[in-house]
Amino acid sequence: MKIKSIEDIEKIKERHLPLIKQRLGYRNGLGLTQIMVCSGTACSSSESREVRLELEQELERKGLQDRARVFKTGCFGFCQYGPIVMIHPGEIFYCQVRPEDVQELVEKHLVGGQVLERLLYQNDSTKERTPSIEDIHFFKAQRRIVLRNCGVINPEKIGEYIARDGYFALADVLLHKNRDEIIEIIKKSGLRGRGGAGFPTGKKWELAAAQDLRPKYVVCNADEGDPGAFMDRSILEGDPHSILEAMTIAGYCIGANQGYIYVRAEYPIAVERLELAIGQAREAGLLGKGLFGTAFDFDIGFRFGAGAFVCGEETALLHSIIGQRGEPRPRPPYPAQEGLWGKPTLINNVETYANITVILRDGWEWYEGQGTATSKGSKVFSLAGKIHNTGLIEVPMGTSLRTIIFDIGGGIPGGKRFKAVQTGGPSGGCIPSKYLDLPIDYESLKEIGSMMGSGGMIVMDEEDCMVDIARFYLEFSQDESCGRCTPCRVGTKRLLEILIRITEGHGEMEDLEMLEELSYDIRDASLCGLGQSAPNPVLSTLRYFKDEYIAHVRDKHCPAGVCKALLEYTVDEEKCIACGLCARTCAAQAITGAPKQPYRIDPEKCTRCAACVAKCPKKAIQKGIKKDVGNYGKTGIYAGPGGTEDRATL
Amino acid sequence: MAHHTETGESFREQEAPVRDYQEGKKPTQEDERAKKFNDLERVIRRYSTEAGQLIRILQKAQDIFGYLPEDVQAYIAEKLEIPVSEVNGVVTFYSLFITEPKGKNMLNICMGTACYVKGAQVLMDTLKEQLKIDEGETTPDGLFTIKSTRCVGACGLAPILVANENVHGKISSGEIKKIIQTFRKGESVENQKH
Repeated sequence: MKIKSIEDIEKIKERHLPLIKQRLGYRNGLGLTQIMVCSGTACSSSESREVRLELEQELERKGLQDRARVFKTGCFGFCQYGPIVMIHPGEIFYCQVRPEDVQELVEKHLVGGQVLERLLYQNDSTKERTPSIEDIHFFKAQRRIVLRNCGVINPEKIGEYIARDGYFALADVLLHKNRDEIIEIIKKSGLRGRGGAGFPTGKKWELAAAQDLRPKYVVCNADEGDPGAFMDRSILEGDPHSILEAMTIAGYCIGANQGYIYVRAEYPIAVERLELAIGQAREAGLLGKGLFGTAFDFDIGFRFGAGAFVCGEETALLHSIIGQRGEPRPRPPYPAQEGLWGKPTLINNVETYANITVILRDGWEWYEGQGTATSKGSKVFSLAGKIHNTGLIEVPMGTSLRTIIFDIGGGIPGGKRFKAVQTGGPSGGCIPSKYLDLPIDYESLKEIGSMMGSGGMIVMDEEDCMVDIARFYLEFSQDESCGRCTPCRVGTKRLLEILIRITEGHGEMEDLEMLEELSYDIRDASLCGLGQSAPNPVLSTLRYFKDEYIAHVRDKHCPAGVCKALLEYTVDEEKCIACGLCARTCAAQAITGAPKQPYRIDPEKCTRCAACVAKCPKKAIQKGIKKDVGNYGKTGIYAGPGGTEDRATL
Repeated sequence: MAHHTETGESFREQEAPVRDYQEGKKPTQEDERAKKFNDLERVIRRYSTEAGQLIRILQKAQDIFGYLPEDVQAYIAEKLEIPVSEVNGVVTFYSLFITEPKGKNMLNICMGTACYVKGAQVLMDTLKEQLKIDEGETTPDGLFTIKSTRCVGACGLAPILVANENVHGKISSGEIKKIIQTFRKGESVENQKH
């Protein structure tokens, strides 16, 4: 059936509403038990598909298929405890459900009407088990606006999206509003681009709408390249129709009839869901010709990324969409003026689009009231690294890092000390503990030398070496530099060389100055965002963790014990019981010894794999500073402990 | 455009095995190759009507051939009537395209930040040591190729190994060794953890 009016979608909404209402906690006497199984990438890789199939079979075996149904749903964000299964009514939240657990779960919960305690979330410190999602600390401080449908609807059913007021905003816009009104609303809401730089979205729309050239295009940037960021993927997997609806609205506002979603080929589930969603929307007449009986046509196509980080940059993305090398070009002209095939093109990120329908439904006044003075609304962050609860969270702008890391994230595991949190991926910086209470928004993060980026947050503890992290990011940026402009192509290479030198114990004090100077040059002279922000990890670590750089350069010591070249493993001869386990474990055959005599490690052969450390029953193998520091290369300089002072005596 | 017609003819000569194959002769390695070119031809016909689909065609071509050797690139350039240099430029730009055949099993270690801080480098070292090859290389028996991949977005389960299409989360060096052994035995591994 082609949808032609608001009444048509009302009908669909009514049909699906009872299911949705029950999932939202209404006791509406549906007489049906709904079993929601997370089908996001993380849960899928921990066998959520098998759990789902097993559940379906078990229901059939028990003859329960009329009383209970299994649904796929999007990401709950609690990825570490996946696969997640939520059962309604009752909102019972089961964690880490394995296919083997299914029989017991069905038996106890569905037949017996009791909660299966064993699979409930267990609080690490109190050891208490909680059945309700609201009692889990991870969810308490969150406010899900963008992720409102993830975990609630089945992303593969357009009806369920409509039951959550989906496509009503589009109907309202097409039937009752003119484009300037909508653009004005977006502008007033204060929504800013969620892709990283935070450009005001309304302004972008206005600029694209003001162009006379036809045809125009709408593009959704789903090339989420930042390592450690997966919010866009989760939105696409959990709520694909919200993106299609927002793109259609954008198309109407700027006067475009064709949209493209540029998505990473690494996200197969997201692509599959999007394809399905586009198919359903076309079938329902929500994409295609004459939407809602108006003269407005809009359709959406796909383009796939092929593994190039730089393609997240909008001008590079434009080149990639038309099948060329994804190299950026100078701006202006902006894509809104001159984009795909030289035509005006509006490019927004997935999360930005996901905000649009919320703003139109709940009003810009409400939206504008969320967040801080300059950054409105909420932000989705992906928490990862050395943190208890990894996963996807959504908090209002202006939430402090402490709330995110220690409250929602549950702090650092293993009693380790917090060292830094990295935001903004390879374009961002490392934030030390002194800024934990800073309310985060676009401006505050920029001020302390990092950036919002797409919202990846990697937490690091005392065992992470900040020089090594800077090297890691530089390696990434250097590898991903497209080579178009010299400051980025050559500059990042030189930066990386210096960092490698330092982590290998060949650094000089002058290198630190050079790092800084070169970083500023690259930042100022590069063509696109990749190059301009590539030195950020170096600059921010230099700013907050200079002592670690100095330790590497002057003392040839890696305080965190990460940089292999600066480490030496030794056997504590007093503790060694000469069992020979270490020698047998060593793949490099660097450990030798004889019965009743302490074993020795040959530093020349040792690859610092630490396999022996794990095997030693007496913990006799220690990690320490490399003691003998020899001649470095052809320079003939003795760079021993003490650095410059020693060098002066030579 | 004279240049195009010229090379076009030379290509038609190369396509000769297609006809043999269709005539029902015993399939040889060459026939198989010809069949692949046939598949590629279909892909090109499907997508070349739309502008800017070169990347999609290359992705499909890589699915068919397993990699993108020079003759495949030349073939695509020919059919799309664009210079080979342009096709090659795109192939070498994107990291998902490979120009050398890969092993039967792809072992990808995720080197995203979350995985890195959780010890992905150690896993990579284990893989290299176990298979005695470097990153991006294939074992002489053609069984394994090691690669590092950018974030697969399952950071909650870091560190991650993607073996062929299967994502293995929270993996350890020991499990990697097991997976290699299982592959060696010619079995496909299912998700071992959880």
